[in-house]
Amino acid sequence: MRRFSWFNATSLTLGFAFLYLPMIILVIYSFNESRLVTVWAGFSTKWYGELAQNDAFLDAAWVTIQVAFWSSTIATVLGTMAAYVLVRGGRFFGRTLFSGMVYAPLVMPEVITGLSLLLFFIAVNLDRGIVTIVLAHTTFSMCYVSVVVSSRLVSFDKSLEEAALDLGCSPFDAFRSVTLPIIAPSVIAGWLLAFTLSLDDLVIASFASGPSSTTLPIKIFSAVRLGVTPEINALSTIMIGLVTVGVVTASLVIKRNVARAEAEARAAAG
Amino acid sequence: MASSADKVFAPWEDAYEQPLIRFKNVTKRFGDFTAIDDITLDIYTREFFALLGPSGCGKTTLMRMLAGFEKPTTGSTTLDNKDLANVPANRRPVNMMFQSYALFPHLSVYDNIAFGLKRSKMPKGEIPDRVEEMLRLTRLQKFAKRKPHQISGGQRQRVALARSLAKAPKLLLLDEPLGALDKKLRQDTQFELMDIQEKTGTTFVIVTHDQEEAMTVASRVAVMDAGVIVQVATPGAIYETPNSVYVADFIGDVNLMPGYAKISGSRAVITWAEGQPPIYSKTDLTAGTKCTFAIRPEKVSISEEEPGEDVNKVQGKVLDIAYLGNLSTYHVELPDGKVIKAQVANERRIANRRFTWEDPVWLSWTDTAGVVLTK
Repeated sequence: MRRFSWFNATSLTLGFAFLYLPMIILVIYSFNESRLVTVWAGFSTKWYGELAQNDAFLDAAWVTIQVAFWSSTIATVLGTMAAYVLVRGGRFFGRTLFSGMVYAPLVMPEVITGLSLLLFFIAVNLDRGIVTIVLAHTTFSMCYVSVVVSSRLVSFDKSLEEAALDLGCSPFDAFRSVTLPIIAPSVIAGWLLAFTLSLDDLVIASFASGPSSTTLPIKIFSAVRLGVTPEINALSTIMIGLVTVGVVTASLVIKRNVARAEAEARAAAG
Repeated sequence: MASSADKVFAPWEDAYEQPLIRFKNVTKRFGDFTAIDDITLDIYTREFFALLGPSGCGKTTLMRMLAGFEKPTTGSTTLDNKDLANVPANRRPVNMMFQSYALFPHLSVYDNIAFGLKRSKMPKGEIPDRVEEMLRLTRLQKFAKRKPHQISGGQRQRVALARSLAKAPKLLLLDEPLGALDKKLRQDTQFELMDIQEKTGTTFVIVTHDQEEAMTVASRVAVMDAGVIVQVATPGAIYETPNSVYVADFIGDVNLMPGYAKISGSRAVITWAEGQPPIYSKTDLTAGTKCTFAIRPEKVSISEEEPGEDVNKVQGKVLDIAYLGNLSTYHVELPDGKVIKAQVANERRIANRRFTWEDPVWLSWTDTAGVVLTK
């Protein structure tokens, strides 16, 4: 049913231009020969080379990746557990409150989350560093994992778990050998989403970070205040690439997951 | 009795036989709703026992209690004289075949069948042989490597059966096992199920809302309604001598004629409609009472001329004919507007049938053809 019309083509172009033109300009200027960001002086990859020499940026990148890895991993474990309890736990006391509180960070202004975490870390006398950023990122990315995983669990035939119990599994064994393999694509998608969210978070990280633990977004933000350099363009281009890969992979995994769930549903019905 | 007991399988008639399963005053409540209301029931080894009833009658809840997925609110359940109250589902020698089959989509047919064995005490080396045996029993050898979504509905049904039988459970539970199959396949599979039950000697408990299915496969049928067992008997007894209007109406087609019975010797004389002669029927009743006379349509004869021999006869005209191919059901309207159904085997071709719409006909039946119900 694909039909070409000038109206569709124009609105599509304008829409995408609005969304992506600034980024495209950024990517183009990252290959600029000139030090002046706004003057094109020929193609070059030298800023990428310079970037590789810049220890401050590389340290920040390493911190960011560590934080993203640990926070997304912890968030995936906790988020999956929360989703499992919310979908499978039936009606327990405080269920509504619990589910509301799991999803609240989705809509909570980041500044408030960041500030409250900062106050908390000070109150418990926790030195700010990688650990605190990991904790902070876990709190907000956990709910995204929970949303992704619970949407899969809702469509999951509960009798599969009962069948596992019936065939001699302990409840934990049933989760490990039946539930987890089936919901694995959602769990992976949730992890990728959490990883990506952690990678590009600025606000919460700037509240939770300490002097020794600057993440890349913080580094870029503070560097830009002194003027945009082609190096930052190059760095941003790399980050755009990383985030794109993360989001696209997550959505592909989710899509495949949905297709498989539909095939299973068809198989069960037919 | 002793000589016939050797041939006929009827452990429920043997006072010395110990039941395999014993429900004793079992009640199950979900909040305000009583799903199972004080049920006492014995099921014997090697039985093919059917729990039959409309949806919401509690049959599935009763089965899930045996599997260990529900706990009775009060009362006790025993298996082999052992109380099941504190035995979790994974420790019971009971397996279940689920209505949705619940095959593990990420495992092959082989691994689905081996799933329970890997979690049993069976030595690792014996598992392949047992799986092979199950594949052979259910004629699935060719599909061992396939995933559940790569095989047909009938094959999935057999995988589910093989998986639940693999551990050689003392008791196999079947929850609407044939519901997802089309009619022809369902009938074939019913006989296959009976065959497998006989070969393996396992006790089967089947939950179904399909009365034909229950009648075909079961050694005994429990008809349930609103959390209560209305009648437990062999399919024949359920059909021929239902104990209540509910059972008579639920199983098969029936003519129900409410009236008042007076007793004359071993017969009831039922006045049921003005201007009609009373119905004579053999009965165990000893006192006059309000009752319902129930008679199956195939036990009512239909004829053009007044029949001589039968005790009960009424005259009417053909209102409707339901042609089913092998059978026809004639709806005959009496002068007062009551309708009685009579079912006849179509021995002749449809063009040559004896009666058609509006024809005046006689209906007749003997005094043993129907039953007098007081419940």
